[in-house]
Amino acid sequence: MDMNAPVGANALDAERIVGKPLDRIDGRLKVTGGARYAYEMQQDALYGFVVEASIAKGKITSIDTLAAERSPGVKLVLTHRNAPKQGTGNHREAHPVLTGPVVSSYGEPVAFVVAETFEQARAAAYLVDVKYDPKGGHFALPQHLGLARVPHQADGAPADSEVGNFSGAYASAPVQIDVSYGTPLQSHAMMEPHATLAMWDGDKLTLHTANQMLNQGQRVIARTLNIPIGNVRLVSPFIGGGFGGKLWVNADAILAAIAARYLKRPVKVALTRQQIFHVTTHRSDTIQRVRLGTDRDGRIVAIGHDVFSGNLRSEQVYEAAALQTRSLYAGSNRLTRHRLVPLDIPVASSMRAPGEAVGLLALECAMDELAEKLKLDPIELRIRNEPAEDPERHVPYSSRHLVACMQEGARRFGWNRRNPVPGQVRDGQWLVGIGMSAGTRGNPLRFSKANLRLDPDGVATVRMAMTDIGTGTYTILAQIAAEMLGLPLERVQVDLGDTIFPEAAGSGGSFGAASSGSALFEACQALRQKLATRAGMDPETARFADGRVATGERSINLTELVGSGIEAEGEISPGRNNQDLSQQSYGAHFAEIGVDQDTGEVRVRRMLGVFAAGRVLNAKTARSQAIGGMVFGAGAALHEDLVLDPRFGYFVNHDLAEYHVPVHADIPPNIDAIFLPELDERSNPLKSKGIGELGICGAGAAIANAIYNACGARIRSYPITLDKILTDLPKQS
Amino acid sequence: MKAFSYGRARSLADAAATANKPGFKIIAGGTNLLDLMKLQVETPSALVDINRLPLDKIEETSEGGLRIGALVRNSDLAADPRVRQHYGVLSRALLAGASAQLRNKATTAGNLLQRTRCYYFYDITKPCNKRVPGSGCSALAGFNRIHAILGGSEACIATHPSDMAVAMRALDAKVETTDHEGRTRAIPIADFQRLPGRTPEVESALASGEIVTAVTLPPPPPGVQVYRKVRDRASYAFALVSVAAIVDSVRGRIRSARLAFGGVAPKPWRIAAAEQRLTNEAVGARSFDAAADAALEGARGAGANDFKIPLTRRTLHAVLGEITRI
Repeated sequence: MDMNAPVGANALDAERIVGKPLDRIDGRLKVTGGARYAYEMQQDALYGFVVEASIAKGKITSIDTLAAERSPGVKLVLTHRNAPKQGTGNHREAHPVLTGPVVSSYGEPVAFVVAETFEQARAAAYLVDVKYDPKGGHFALPQHLGLARVPHQADGAPADSEVGNFSGAYASAPVQIDVSYGTPLQSHAMMEPHATLAMWDGDKLTLHTANQMLNQGQRVIARTLNIPIGNVRLVSPFIGGGFGGKLWVNADAILAAIAARYLKRPVKVALTRQQIFHVTTHRSDTIQRVRLGTDRDGRIVAIGHDVFSGNLRSEQVYEAAALQTRSLYAGSNRLTRHRLVPLDIPVASSMRAPGEAVGLLALECAMDELAEKLKLDPIELRIRNEPAEDPERHVPYSSRHLVACMQEGARRFGWNRRNPVPGQVRDGQWLVGIGMSAGTRGNPLRFSKANLRLDPDGVATVRMAMTDIGTGTYTILAQIAAEMLGLPLERVQVDLGDTIFPEAAGSGGSFGAASSGSALFEACQALRQKLATRAGMDPETARFADGRVATGERSINLTELVGSGIEAEGEISPGRNNQDLSQQSYGAHFAEIGVDQDTGEVRVRRMLGVFAAGRVLNAKTARSQAIGGMVFGAGAALHEDLVLDPRFGYFVNHDLAEYHVPVHADIPPNIDAIFLPELDERSNPLKSKGIGELGICGAGAAIANAIYNACGARIRSYPITLDKILTDLPKQS
Repeated sequence: MKAFSYGRARSLADAAATANKPGFKIIAGGTNLLDLMKLQVETPSALVDINRLPLDKIEETSEGGLRIGALVRNSDLAADPRVRQHYGVLSRALLAGASAQLRNKATTAGNLLQRTRCYYFYDITKPCNKRVPGSGCSALAGFNRIHAILGGSEACIATHPSDMAVAMRALDAKVETTDHEGRTRAIPIADFQRLPGRTPEVESALASGEIVTAVTLPPPPPGVQVYRKVRDRASYAFALVSVAAIVDSVRGRIRSARLAFGGVAPKPWRIAAAEQRLTNEAVGARSFDAAADAALEGARGAGANDFKIPLTRRTLHAVLGEITRI
């Protein structure tokens, strides 16, 4: 169906199974090692190892592969000299590899060594002798803002938006805030490295690969390898995290495919942790200017957000950090602009909540600065600027309960105990502060299909080319099917992660659960129709429960109706609802932190997120998702910082020892996520919204605002490490 | 990783004899060496595994100190009741380092001999005088947030990453060794690690074929012991600055003080003048500042690590305040 109108009451509303805090149905497989990931498939494959370019820009003048080829176990050394010609496009359309001799960014694969064992391949990779003619390039975003241009991202929102007269209204606003914030380069740092096993059967290619969006991946691989899309099969039943780093096809998949075809044997490759930082994508750093003009009561009359980000010069993807500013607060004069700086660095692309994750780090701290200037409580300031409709597009919100989130959070967190004057609360050596932030994230719906089959043994099987990247997709799909068909959860089998199944959106952009779940919902509706018809019942009134379909006094076991098996298909399309409505999920973040009075070390003491995100499909996995996002937000605020060395055009700290993400000791036991009851009749048939990214959106700003409240240090450059706080600390006695 | 041969040492003499051969390297816990081999920062042609040698005991010495075998695991050393009771600074330093899994594997000698975590040292495509003498130092004009403010040279500003060694430095430990000819010696820990000077590739006083057999601690010094580690996250990060302090004070007067610093120099940093500025002085900002001035004499930042100078001062101040209040 096309999502064009409110869905009204439906069979999910009973919430007998949907919404319950059920354990993951694949949990046992995962903790016992039974869930097999791409690199664990097929033991008789050859192993590949990537040789990365050690320059950022220039030309390969020679590659000596002789020593590598003679090294024990080596079967093949691929370079640009023997790699096939491949299809081209931006990083979302194609991923040609070994295209040399030109090197466009640091770490780009310049050779691929295949051997009998991983160790042999790696040892030989070090023997490949590549000589370069390096050229200078543009690497550091802040140094090249003068080269910024308006990006044209085909699949993204427009780079600019303007409503009313921003500059006039801002200039005459009695209260003004004009602040610039910087966020650093970041890397996804998911647990499972990018990995692929490639196998050819004649012209047909099968890739076991860690990829979040299999149908998209299938198209990219077909285009890159110049083969029909029908000849490409992607299999990815289990993925060890992605955060956007596996949305697109990466070099591992293409290199393995080319080598396997060449050698006529399966080839597998996993990137090493160090390689991931350059060979795959990252999040661009941003420089953001936020301008807020209000009347004396704090009502916004002008709101402006300008964003610079960078990318490899051939790419158009920008960090859409002003996106949330278009719909979060009221105000009749508005201006948002994104500018992209062409650089000679690896491709920047989506990382968890692209746009909002870093945009809110600026906007929500600017709001805190504004509240202080107005001597208003930060929550009160936000309530005064709660819009009645989308202030730019002038369309209604599908649902919006931001104020309720802030109020419920304030009550639970003890917000009334906050001293608005910084530096007043101490606990031993700790300066203690609390802060809050609003959170929001776009809620898209994407085309998806599902196949559902009920067999004579009473087991329903769901099939779709959906992925579960650790979020709990298997479980929520089983819950939907069980609820709709009136079956116990254990009688639903969910098969995902294979392009032989019906096309699905995949996991990304917070659209996975809604898109795949809605397609399955439609398949369930269709199957109910068929079953009720076979039972001679009215599909509208037939009740599905306890493995039976019933109407009035009459009740029939479903297994009596299925014959040799009965199937139905379902599909969902976004329809007009993305245009006619402003659709976001909302939340409010609260944080209490301590700043060491001597060293400036920051420790998070408490975190709370209160969210309104439509129907919660599984209270347990939803809470895990939200808390995971909040931890991600803590990392963004305090730790994550991929450092570029402009002399070499590379990321210096490309390992997990020095690219810091939070460890257990950084996250307090007192962390919680609450979902307010909400059904969004206009989002999708499940009445749900995406929650995979909402947890990160605003979490870091709440921490930054708490740091200011603790010690008066307003740090506008993330991450907030102790060196930036030191000068604001009290003198030692 | 380059192919290498592997063998187990049958005895200490056997290990020392083998280690004397070019290209041979001793492996104990392997928590650092194996990482470096995977990246080809280390390329030994053979590994000599000494894990089965009987060097894993902690014994009391006749002088009233402790003799810690080279193979005593970091977690065992930190948990030893004698260490916890009399050498609290060492126990706390050990537990501030790495992760539980690494501490279970890492050994006493290996901890002393671990290599720097300088980003450029770890990447063989980048110039590094420590890895390839004469190739240049990438950190000096590069990203040097974790680098030394003291004791570095124009050739190298890498830090020694150990926490344990900092505590041992404050405790005046000695490193016992034996060589391939059976000669033994005890090297004061002050002389064990080397400053880079013009030869940053030479990191310790060990000669070829010389093996660490034990670390000895003299009887515990009087006073309160504290180890304070300041880092970028709560666990599993190397020290930006650490302070091992042993201070004996009574009624607001300091009788003796020992201070060793980690994270700021190519070796655990200890300055006699800083300790003298505290000895027989009144507790308070004046003596603390004087000690910090002496400890930081000649300190120089290279850019991203400039903050370590005020951070060291503030951390020392906080530690001395804490220790003299106890």
